[in-house]
Amino acid sequence: MSAVMKDAVRTDSAAAGPDFDRIRADFPILSTRVGDKPLVYLDSAASAQMPQRVIDRMVRYHTHEHSNIHRAVHHLSEMATAAYELARRKVQVFLNAGSDREVIFTSGTTDAINLVMHGYGRKFVQAGDEIVISAIEHHANIVPWQMLCEEKGATLRVIPVTDAGELDFAAYQALLNPRVRLVAITHVSNALGTIVPIRDYIESAHALGIPVLVDGAQSAPHIPVDVQALGCDFYTFSGHKTCGPTGIGVLYGKAEWLEKMQPFKGGGDMIASVSFEKTTYNAIPFKFEAGTPPIMAAIALGEALDYLSGIGLEAIARREHELLDYATDEVSRIKGLRIIGTAERKAAVLSMVMAGIHPHDLGTLLNEDGVAIRTGHHCAQPVMTRFRIPATARASFAFYNTFAEVDALVLSLARAKQVFGVD
Amino acid sequence: MSVSNQLYQEVILDHNRKPRNWGALPGANHRAEGHNPLCGDHIVLTLDVGSNDTVEALGFEGEGCAICKASASMMTTAVKGRSVTEAETMVQQFRDMATGKLDPERDPHLLGRLKVFAGVKDLPSRVKCAILPWHTLHAALNNDAVASTEDPKS
Repeated sequence: MSAVMKDAVRTDSAAAGPDFDRIRADFPILSTRVGDKPLVYLDSAASAQMPQRVIDRMVRYHTHEHSNIHRAVHHLSEMATAAYELARRKVQVFLNAGSDREVIFTSGTTDAINLVMHGYGRKFVQAGDEIVISAIEHHANIVPWQMLCEEKGATLRVIPVTDAGELDFAAYQALLNPRVRLVAITHVSNALGTIVPIRDYIESAHALGIPVLVDGAQSAPHIPVDVQALGCDFYTFSGHKTCGPTGIGVLYGKAEWLEKMQPFKGGGDMIASVSFEKTTYNAIPFKFEAGTPPIMAAIALGEALDYLSGIGLEAIARREHELLDYATDEVSRIKGLRIIGTAERKAAVLSMVMAGIHPHDLGTLLNEDGVAIRTGHHCAQPVMTRFRIPATARASFAFYNTFAEVDALVLSLARAKQVFGVD
Repeated sequence: MSVSNQLYQEVILDHNRKPRNWGALPGANHRAEGHNPLCGDHIVLTLDVGSNDTVEALGFEGEGCAICKASASMMTTAVKGRSVTEAETMVQQFRDMATGKLDPERDPHLLGRLKVFAGVKDLPSRVKCAILPWHTLHAALNNDAVASTEDPKS
């Protein structure tokens, strides 16, 4: 079915789900032009765009509500505090966390993982212990654990990945032993698109009493997540990938862990009482929220999660899967183009290498056509090494992309081949 | 014509497909490796510098994008036969041109046809690709074994 027909079918049958044409119109930036070409934004895995409603929420906050939170008894402070804590509850609902005390606002996924490294890792990991991660992690879920292992004299163990980009579950189980203090694993790979069946991984770890941290940066925006059903001990995600602003993210942690952990950053708000002789810490979640938080960004994140929930994460996943299928079919027809990451279950991420054209040159040429993709190692150098490539060109799709945009990508790839004179 | 169309179509694709002075130079007395960790460009440069301080011959190998490869290829033909002093001057001039500090149409320079790379100043994310071979040349001339685009002195 052609892209035009696909887009038309979507608009016509209201019963088939949300109207994605109307939804796309919610995003003002998508009308941008690159020179004289319309923007074709295929880089949502790096950062998603923001709907007008969330932009408006930020403006409204500073027009009518802003004040510092938790500290004053005046009207604006009460409003700001209420809005901030409401956002926390929205995150709780979005993740189906058991309590809003288990939702900690951070500056992003990277910050959240570092929080667990300091709060849990530095307190409980000792020499001779092990940390298990996978071969497809983003640097944010590798480097903090390397730092911890170096400091403590612990060892990092890595779950191997297959040529299709799937993790080897049997090899993972063989890595589990009583010395493992934590399994830190991605839910969805940003470089390959692989969706990891993390419930199985969590169950195996829990059978040995090992806690599991799940990097949800690429799952929270794209598939429904229920942290209680998954059973994960920690779950992290970033606001700017869920159509919210940059500078905000979430660490979900089971209360029993958060209560045992030591604080990450010290300062105001994370304390109960301070004297030069002794300082006592605040209860969770505040123990892990030192200083003035990104209040506006947290509130905007809450609004963004409302927006996504309004469409429905199931509908979003379905839409993005259709785009991925269409794109994969079309791109597979291009001679000389190889898709990296061919797991059976994937998020809408298409990593490619083109014979005779380096990803950076491809990206530069595609930019001429207004097509925005990402090129490089995607903060996953071990993945590039494993697949023996210096870099990939990555197109990532969100629910606000269209089938016509997939066509634009394909045309642009063909033009790049022409420019380079490759067959 | 758009900036990068210009950049790619004039000369660069030719040098990318048929790089000049490709391969390790036998009997080289200078060698350096250059690496751009941000995008994976990697280059090995070998030089034969004569006793009169002339760069007699150059050879390069490596893996990277078209801009890097073409810059390296054109560099080897432009620098061959030059004195070490001239080569170092060209390194500085190329850097300045790629970062918009030198206008090849107005300012004096030894770059010749390399001025085709002037357009890279409008593609900031690709500047390091163009500069890497020159950075590596500087390292080779100064007997530093490894150059990286992420060195503070680069």
